[in-house]
Amino acid sequence: MDFIGFLIIILTTAGTIFFASKRIRAKYPPVFRKIAAIAKLRRAIGLSVEDGTRMHVTLGSASLTDPANTSALIGLSSLHRLGQLSSTSDQPPVCTSGNGGLTLLSKDVLKAVSVETNTRELFDPDHGHLTGITPFSYAVGAFDVLRQPGVNANVLIGNFGTEAGFFSITSETNTDFTLAASDSITAQSIFFATTRNVLIGEELYAIPAYLAYSPMHLASLQVQDILRWLVGGALIAGAILKLLGIL
Amino acid sequence: MKIINTIIAIISGVIVLLGYFIPSPLIQSMRQPLLDWAIILSGIAGLIAILNLVFSVHWKRLKENGESKGFSFVLFIAFILTLIAGIFLGPSNTGFQKLVTAVQVPIESSLMAVLAITMAFSSIKMLQRQKNWMGFVFFLSVVIFLIINSGVLAFTTDIPVINDLLSGFHQVPVAGARGILLGIALGSLATGIRVLIGSDRPYNG
Repeated sequence: MDFIGFLIIILTTAGTIFFASKRIRAKYPPVFRKIAAIAKLRRAIGLSVEDGTRMHVTLGSASLTDPANTSALIGLSSLHRLGQLSSTSDQPPVCTSGNGGLTLLSKDVLKAVSVETNTRELFDPDHGHLTGITPFSYAVGAFDVLRQPGVNANVLIGNFGTEAGFFSITSETNTDFTLAASDSITAQSIFFATTRNVLIGEELYAIPAYLAYSPMHLASLQVQDILRWLVGGALIAGAILKLLGIL
Repeated sequence: MKIINTIIAIISGVIVLLGYFIPSPLIQSMRQPLLDWAIILSGIAGLIAILNLVFSVHWKRLKENGESKGFSFVLFIAFILTLIAGIFLGPSNTGFQKLVTAVQVPIESSLMAVLAITMAFSSIKMLQRQKNWMGFVFFLSVVIFLIINSGVLAFTTDIPVINDLLSGFHQVPVAGARGILLGIALGSLATGIRVLIGSDRPYNG
């Protein structure tokens, strides 16, 4: 079993590097289905630049030593890309989180964006901050940012629990645009019931690729698709074999 | 400096990952300290973030004449008092733990109650937000499972066909959740690999 896991990791890495190469990208360009919520996010970025309003990204409260933190890593990649896309605005994005490690990383990402886009004078280290260390204190602490008059769009990406309801309801009430995505099933169902733009399941992991972040993101999305077919095929084959009494 | 950060991150990631698959004593002896350092760093990061929240974010708000000045004042005083009590009594002191939980538990329970009511009201408007077939299916499944789990169908336990049908219904969300979790697992794998090969560098590498 360990060998299979190791093999999957090696094949996924090789596949990602393979699809990211320039030649393969030209030969097999990735084809994306339309995800309405991400299309609206792109529009919201444009509107925030035009209006001179700010975007707020919140990353959840998963610890960096927790397996659930990949959704927060996607949140950080998205924060980076949002910062780049809104660099023509004088209002860089703000970021809140419920974990110390994520807070430091969000500060780092915001600083990196300010260096890349030559907007160092707009960088404020407090634009990335912790709002609380328990789920509810994190949600209540973020209320202040969610309700700031200068914030007109909220992007909720990360690992949330039931406190997701506070984020989505406050955001829907106070801002024009909310995009909600989580790897937690509980948060996904809460987001679906309380917001308009929700990403379900693996759609969360497609955000950086859809925001045209880098070839590696596009390649990794292609590999995910291939793996999904393989897993689906294996499940169906397993079910048939079980029915036939072979397994 | 950036390249050094990236190299350290990649090497550490590879060693930790190999430790899961290869039971070599050499790799295990390198992996365990790395995991311990990660936990220590995570704790220090938490401390830095808390100090930043109190002495930078809320201190700034206290100096400004904003609406939330009062909340920042309460947070500041509460933090200082908890810190002093924690230092003098120690975090394992039962009196100190009682004091903290006596404040925290009622507040969080009240928030949970507020959340439950707010969610119920917000969910009623769900069909206005999700005007599509998925919204309809979600709404329908909420109604069906509310009925099934409310206990009004308890009398059907003696009727074989309906009982089988209801237990079949209970399997549907499990299957759906598994489908979603498979997608999330594959996404997590791809994200982890991007970080491992240095393509995604949230540490400004």
